[in-house]
Amino acid sequence: MFKKEFSPGAKSKVKSSAQRAIRAKVIETYPLIEPYIDEVLPKKEQLDLVKIPDRVSLYCNGGTPLFWQHMDDPIVPHLQLVHKYPWCFTRVRIDRGGIRFVLSGATLMVPGLTSPGGRLPGGEESEEWANGGKEIEAGDVVVVDAEGKENACLVGVLKMGTKEMKEKKKGPAIENGHYVGDGLWKLDLS
Amino acid sequence: MADTENTPAPATDLKPARKVVYCGVCTLPPEYCEYGGTVKKCQDWLEDHNPTLYAQLYSADAAAQNLSTLSVDAQKRAEKDAQKKAAKASAQEARESEKRATSKIIIKRVERNKRKYVTEISGLEAFGLELKKVAKEFGKKFATGSSVTKTAAGGEEITVQGDVSDDVFDWLTEKYEEIPEENIELVEDKKKKSAA
Ligand SMILES: [Zn+2]
Repeated sequence: MFKKEFSPGAKSKVKSSAQRAIRAKVIETYPLIEPYIDEVLPKKEQLDLVKIPDRVSLYCNGGTPLFWQHMDDPIVPHLQLVHKYPWCFTRVRIDRGGIRFVLSGATLMVPGLTSPGGRLPGGEESEEWANGGKEIEAGDVVVVDAEGKENACLVGVLKMGTKEMKEKKKGPAIENGHYVGDGLWKLDLS
Repeated sequence: MADTENTPAPATDLKPARKVVYCGVCTLPPEYCEYGGTVKKCQDWLEDHNPTLYAQLYSADAAAQNLSTLSVDAQKRAEKDAQKKAAKASAQEARESEKRATSKIIIKRVERNKRKYVTEISGLEAFGLELKKVAKEFGKKFATGSSVTKTAAGGEEITVQGDVSDDVFDWLTEKYEEIPEENIELVEDKKKKSAA
């Protein structure tokens, strides 16, 4: 999605009614975020909307990017927000070998998730990727952690449900996500 | 109302937001620096700014662990990849520094009306300065109008209201030590005067 670097477009203030709608949408998409919503999207603080290329709207609070949305696709957290509150999102993990492909903007492929270093829902219960044994559906937003790393490297919409991934063990898993070091990551909002 | 004071605050088991260190060189979390082309610089930065994390990430143990989970083949590919990236980054850096050495910033004083001047500053982008930001800063610093304008040649420059040539020169040389003074030229546009 953001392979190239770009400059921010026009910035506007989000009206409080729209701000409420965004809060509701965020909670609906990420139920785990609810207890933290006042920290993440404080009611009294002004939310700004910055237009960025390819019809993406970026919501931010001053210089802090929070969420972005491509047209009517799901609203997706910026990775800096994910790094602060990783437990608010559904997560999977890729093996170490897949990291450099993700960081070069390639499509995340299923084998990176199904290999021994990868993690999908239903694994070891105590691990943060277990998701209570519940599979994740195609179209859902997932945060992608990496083997041996503390911070997530990618966030995006699943192309294939995790159940199907386990059966097929191949094919694209996430296209056009937002990864650390991409144009959105490097965007200067100051 | 009086007993509200005694009501315990709602129990919160909220975790505090994680504080993440980001690399001052490549902006990524330092654990991902190895995938950029600036590993060496990143490593130096981390050693200076966060020795604890540096020890964690760059100890011999950590390096061995990193590699042990990759097949020999994948290790080789990753290594080759890293070399390519590093070569690319250093070539880019060389290009940029050469560009810097030969580039000139021109600060031009232009007479608009009698005793009314504007100052046009061009060439800043060659030194990695962002015109929009610098224009804003000039506006604040000199309390005057300042904006990015298109040049006839199709490029962009900064136009500041008033004669601030000397101030701009001082500001640039003080704030950006990497810009050599001899690469900044002060000129005067007198074409309107001579036409009069
Ligand atoms: Zn770095």
